[in-house]
Amino acid sequence: MNYSPSQKFWLVLLRIAIGWHFLYEGLAKLVNANWSCVSYLLDSEGFLKNFFINTLAGNPDVLRIVDFMNIWGLILIGIALILGSFERIACLSGIVLLALYYLSHPPFVGLKYAVPSEGSYLVVNKILLELIALAVVYVFPTNREFGLDRFIFGPSKKQTLAKKN
Amino acid sequence: MERRDLLKSLAALPVAGAFGFEWFRKRNYEKFLTENIRNELNISTDTPEYKPVSKDDKLIRIGLIGFGIRGKQLAQAAGFVHPTTIDDWKKGALEDKEDTRYEDFLQQDALNIKISGVCDIFDSYGKMAQEAAANALRQGSGSKLNELPKRYRTYQELLASPDIDAVIIAAPDHWHGPLTIAAAKAGKHVYCEKPMTWTVPETYEVRRAVKENNIVFQLGHQGRQNESYMKAKEIIEKGVLGKVNLIEVTTNRNDPNGAWVYPIPPEASPANIDWNQFIGQAPYHDFSLERFFRWRCWWDYSTGLSGDLLTHEYDAMNQILGLGIPHSAASSGGIYFFKDGRTVPDVLQTVFEYPDRDLSLVYSATLASNLSRGRKIMGHDAYMELNNSVTVYADSGSTRYKEKIDKGIIDPDLPIYTYTPGMKNVDAITSPTSQYFAGRGLMYSYRSGRRINTTHLHIREWLDAIRYGTKTSCNIEVAFEEAMTAHMGTTAFKENRNVFWDPVKEIII
Repeated sequence: MNYSPSQKFWLVLLRIAIGWHFLYEGLAKLVNANWSCVSYLLDSEGFLKNFFINTLAGNPDVLRIVDFMNIWGLILIGIALILGSFERIACLSGIVLLALYYLSHPPFVGLKYAVPSEGSYLVVNKILLELIALAVVYVFPTNREFGLDRFIFGPSKKQTLAKKN
Repeated sequence: MERRDLLKSLAALPVAGAFGFEWFRKRNYEKFLTENIRNELNISTDTPEYKPVSKDDKLIRIGLIGFGIRGKQLAQAAGFVHPTTIDDWKKGALEDKEDTRYEDFLQQDALNIKISGVCDIFDSYGKMAQEAAANALRQGSGSKLNELPKRYRTYQELLASPDIDAVIIAAPDHWHGPLTIAAAKAGKHVYCEKPMTWTVPETYEVRRAVKENNIVFQLGHQGRQNESYMKAKEIIEKGVLGKVNLIEVTTNRNDPNGAWVYPIPPEASPANIDWNQFIGQAPYHDFSLERFFRWRCWWDYSTGLSGDLLTHEYDAMNQILGLGIPHSAASSGGIYFFKDGRTVPDVLQTVFEYPDRDLSLVYSATLASNLSRGRKIMGHDAYMELNNSVTVYADSGSTRYKEKIDKGIIDPDLPIYTYTPGMKNVDAITSPTSQYFAGRGLMYSYRSGRRINTTHLHIREWLDAIRYGTKTSCNIEVAFEEAMTAHMGTTAFKENRNVFWDPVKEIII
């Protein structure tokens, strides 16, 4: 893909900003000994409510795995997005995580949650926006332009071609 | 590789550096706040430990007196539940995975006790008590029960039995005193539901009987086992609140059950209820199903809000602050909502004064509003909200914390200390979200594995005291204080005057 310099700039910035957010969310949970996603899961609503409350939160062993994957998923995705390494898998994993957060607390009409949201949402909330932004990062990759993947895999062929033209 | 490629590959490194820098700044700031507050408050991170029950321990043979609503709950906390209740719990668990009553009960430790005799003057309850007592294996209906314990028609016969070492009393209020006195005289250890007594004179008699016969006595304020209360006591003893001057405790309920309008079993009739035994020392009244099953609504058998619910609140504060019997009491209230023929008030305010402690204890109750007002302990430097968790806020006018408030280290709008039983560690600062969840009890329902029933712990403490000579936390001394305090509140209400306690003569004047 042939991006203009300003397109490149904003795409890289978007990727890094999302990475920063993921990394901090993960680390903040890691250092809080009391953190568990159990309270969030127990507060689930929507059509997957049963899955979140009973399947995930209802079993202490499953819950431990969910907590672990959540924390380290966030941290690794965050690092990958910041450094521009393994960007595609990081984007896809991030989208899956965000989809789970969204589906456990969908801001649909008539659903109520214990924790009030910090803004006003109807169907679209910040989680969904971050998910869509991550999808944009996925389809407009910048890892092999500005990122560690350029070092590991070499510059994108498409971009090299674009430059030659 | 070209130099340009390398630079572009590492373009994001400065961002990683910036992240690291900000991360450590934030961590240091939080550490600074936490340590500052932690050092200032100096509250321990201790949590109570539970001694496992050993099979080598002496088997204690229990007699159950009373198998109504509370009697069933006490038997459950001791490890005995009727098979049909187990059926209901199993069904509940199948329908709703959050219904963990059955699982919780199975996980509850066996206490190495045997129920050797039961006594209830309603035949259905008597039979249920026998079957629950024989269900030591905690199974549903259809399973094999142990041999049924004997059902005694009168408490005198039960107490005369050499097969019984100790009794659990869950009879109506007007029977607490006489039953405890008789049990003590028969040399049986006693766990008695609150309040300790129905009248002032029998309060002295109960104390004398328990002491003279050297039995182990535990009054049924299971709140004594509440971890939050233990932590609250430590916090106040360490002076975190400054000078405590006002305590506000409350009861709010708003349903027929909470207002003691209990369901009446359809089969109940004069044929299967021993009415004369129910009356006991109460004034005679013709047979009445309402009075038998909803006895809490009449002074004839009950101690009203004072004995039933004020005592829980008072005992909690007595546990935490060692208040003792107040100097004076004033009460007001009335029957404002449940105009169903009851004689006890459904709205009640009682104020106890402790001039030697420079504080007032205010109790306020209604049975017709669910507004949750909680318990608040107010000091000059901080105030405490006490529920299942403990939350302490610095006071904006505090002398002690003034410097830290001025410096921005302490924010009076945020808790300086929170404690939630079952949480991994105790910390001064937790996120607003965890605060929010903790306040709603969502925090530790699954995390700590199991929540332990405080009544179970309270009975366990009593059994330990019988076995090893340790002390019960709600012993006869504090039970005497509880009963006298409740009687002061009741007398003030009934006689519509201020009543006083004479600590030398130990009388209400």
